[in-house]
Amino acid sequence: MTEALAVRRSDIDRAAVSRWTRDKGVYVALLLLLVYNAFFTPRFVNLHNLNVQLILDTRIIVVALGMALVIGTEGIDLSVGAVMALAGGLLVQFSGLPAIVAIVLVLVVGALVGLLNGTLVAIVGVQPIVATLAFLFAGRSLAQLLLQGRNPSIHNSAILAVSSGSFLGVNGLILAALVPILLVAFTIRRTNFGHRLLAVGDNARASFLSGVPVKGTLILVYVISGALAAWAGVMDTASITSANALSSGLNYELFAITAVVVGGTPLTGGRVRIVGTVAAAVLMQLLRSTLIFHSATDAESQMVTAAVIVGAVYVQRVRAKS
Amino acid sequence: MTFSTDPGSPPVLEARGVNKEFPGVKALDDVSLSLHKGEVHALVGENGAGKSTLIKVLTGVYPQDAGQLFHHQVPVTFRSPGAAQAAGISTIYQEVNLVPTQSAARNLYLGREPRTRLGLIDFTAMHRAARELLDEYSIRADVEAPLASLGLGTQQMIAVARAVAIDANVVIMDEPTSSLEAREVETLFGVIDRLRARGVAIIYVSHRLDELYRICDTVTVLRDGKLVHTGPLAGLPRLQLVATMLGRELLAQTKRHSESDEQSEGPYAEPVLEVRNITRRGVLDNISFAVRPGEIVGLGGLLGAGRTETGMAVLGAQDLDAGTVAVDGRVVRAGSPSASIAAGVALLPEDRKLEGILPSLSIRDNIVLAALPRLSRAGLVSDRKVDEVVATFMKQLHIRATGPDQKVGTLSGGNQQKVMLARLLCLNPKVLILDEPTRGIDVGAKTEVRVTIDELAAAGLAVLLISSETEELVDGSDRIIVLREGQVTDVLTGDRLSEDELVRAIASVEPDTSEEPTDD
Repeated sequence: MTEALAVRRSDIDRAAVSRWTRDKGVYVALLLLLVYNAFFTPRFVNLHNLNVQLILDTRIIVVALGMALVIGTEGIDLSVGAVMALAGGLLVQFSGLPAIVAIVLVLVVGALVGLLNGTLVAIVGVQPIVATLAFLFAGRSLAQLLLQGRNPSIHNSAILAVSSGSFLGVNGLILAALVPILLVAFTIRRTNFGHRLLAVGDNARASFLSGVPVKGTLILVYVISGALAAWAGVMDTASITSANALSSGLNYELFAITAVVVGGTPLTGGRVRIVGTVAAAVLMQLLRSTLIFHSATDAESQMVTAAVIVGAVYVQRVRAKS
Repeated sequence: MTFSTDPGSPPVLEARGVNKEFPGVKALDDVSLSLHKGEVHALVGENGAGKSTLIKVLTGVYPQDAGQLFHHQVPVTFRSPGAAQAAGISTIYQEVNLVPTQSAARNLYLGREPRTRLGLIDFTAMHRAARELLDEYSIRADVEAPLASLGLGTQQMIAVARAVAIDANVVIMDEPTSSLEAREVETLFGVIDRLRARGVAIIYVSHRLDELYRICDTVTVLRDGKLVHTGPLAGLPRLQLVATMLGRELLAQTKRHSESDEQSEGPYAEPVLEVRNITRRGVLDNISFAVRPGEIVGLGGLLGAGRTETGMAVLGAQDLDAGTVAVDGRVVRAGSPSASIAAGVALLPEDRKLEGILPSLSIRDNIVLAALPRLSRAGLVSDRKVDEVVATFMKQLHIRATGPDQKVGTLSGGNQQKVMLARLLCLNPKVLILDEPTRGIDVGAKTEVRVTIDELAAAGLAVLLISSETEELVDGSDRIIVLREGQVTDVLTGDRLSEDELVRAIASVEPDTSEEPTDD
């Protein structure tokens, strides 16, 4: 009898532990990495370096925010990296316009790409992975057409200020990421749309029968993802001070998915973890930098990245089972 | 217990004392079945009776917990569906599981294509053989056309032909006619007759009584995972069969229900819900009825009779070819649950897991899902209002949980159902559609839910109650509309509101074929 109870107890403990690992693992890993670096990596943990690390991470974070929302609806958006490249190409095209107008236009185009993706997914019924794959190719090609093989520099100081400016000592790119983080977190927590997004991701049929406009919700999610990717493209272009159709945003869809998954957002939808996603993006960047500091090759650092992803998915597995 | 069309012949496939348990459910409890050469064996039962589980055990999808299978009298264990198929047991599912993009001929000979001397597929020989095979069963189809381009019925027939061609000695057909046209059904029956003549044993799962009586020799009835009857079908009165399926012993005709005093109030009020001539080809056939405030109208009938579809049509979640639904005299825009909900309709879906709960979201989020527009201003959700509503309904419906943040997926069935009810009630609806409101919940919760329904009607809601439980329907309804194959076949009121009458009405033959002998 007591033995049976003991077994029960350890089962419960194990479930609690795995739940805790799933929810808090990314923060613990981040903390451990910082502690490790404080002791073993010279000149790593100081304000300047951490600031640099954060800045490097800002574009992935912005893209990952949109990705988190999409994944929350059990979807995926592979077009985000291409949208970033397209955004750079468009900024060059709009160079005659005032910076603010040019940026708004770029965001509108990003949103339109999202509208296309969302329509394919929600109305036509194409699998998200396929629907957004189309623009992964089309978007970058469009950017190449716009730039015709050149990498024109951006001279508009207002656009460049997104990267080079600062406010109260905080770097422009960090602010440029912070604002969408707050907006998206607010959207999920407080808005009708945020609640519906999670409901659709958890059970689309039940949501439909409860009067939730499932199609509209899905479309809006992709629109937001497209606009955020375009914003990340603006940030990227401002930071490297030129547009590059080939390298801007390359593989960012994969980095973003990694951040979302490692951050604890399940691919099965119904849950979005914004802080977790941001922490995971920072974690992955720090990890890579740490390895580079310890003179690991790029190949080696990618192997470690792979291991972290597998670990994160393993932890997620608990959720899938329950 | 066992019976055979040809008592001399040993059974081809036999299950003895099979048990199968899933967490919390005994899906099969000591079930035996024996199937003989050339026999068409009907397997019937309502939802959750254990038919699918039994089929899955017979075809190697699930291992049984206890009991033994015998194939040609040899004890067997099928470790996978492939193993069962290799032994000659083929299953034809409702959705054909062949390769839709390949030609009919390739599907017929998939994995055993005739080869030329060079080892390539001999298409000429394959097409010729395919044509001969289909001709043998009078199936007309272009064997070179992709399977997906053929009608569903033809696809199904090709699946049958394939099963037979690979030497199946047992063919299991799960609701084979549910998506077929009348003409295709005839062809299928022709095929079944030929299979029978060739000595193939067939398990035939269907709810269409007419079909069962036409082509089946034997019947096995399951209910709640138990074998309740097995024997020859001919001579078993329909009424008896339905009563066995529904678990109602036929009693002397006693009136067990009388609410005529309550009912008398009804007719004076204007109906809040009016359903007019709703029709969907093959699903709903010209159904009309009205429900008044405070009235509980039951929808009875066997599985697949169109009960759930009628409920969905009222919510605007069922495509219709014709007909309208009006609430308070105003026709509601079709095809839009949100329009219907705005008009005052709320529906509790039959399948709580698939269509109801949001398992990984909290009780709070689940309750307010449908009412979000009312609980938010300018798109921002008011936490204060949400907390108020959630607290009110958790208390009113006695939802037992650690708190409003508990995930609904971790609640018991009864509490999940109460969360669902709370979701509907916080809409303050005028029309409540309850599809199997007490399915899968324990007895205590059942009573609570039933009492709640009565209270809601007393408060003036119009309730449409859908249930497979005759007792629930008879005790809970002021009037019962009986459906059969998408048509209203009877309406029970007053003195006829009894379980016996309901079972009789469900079992009765169609009015237009009244020349058939009646059951009693």
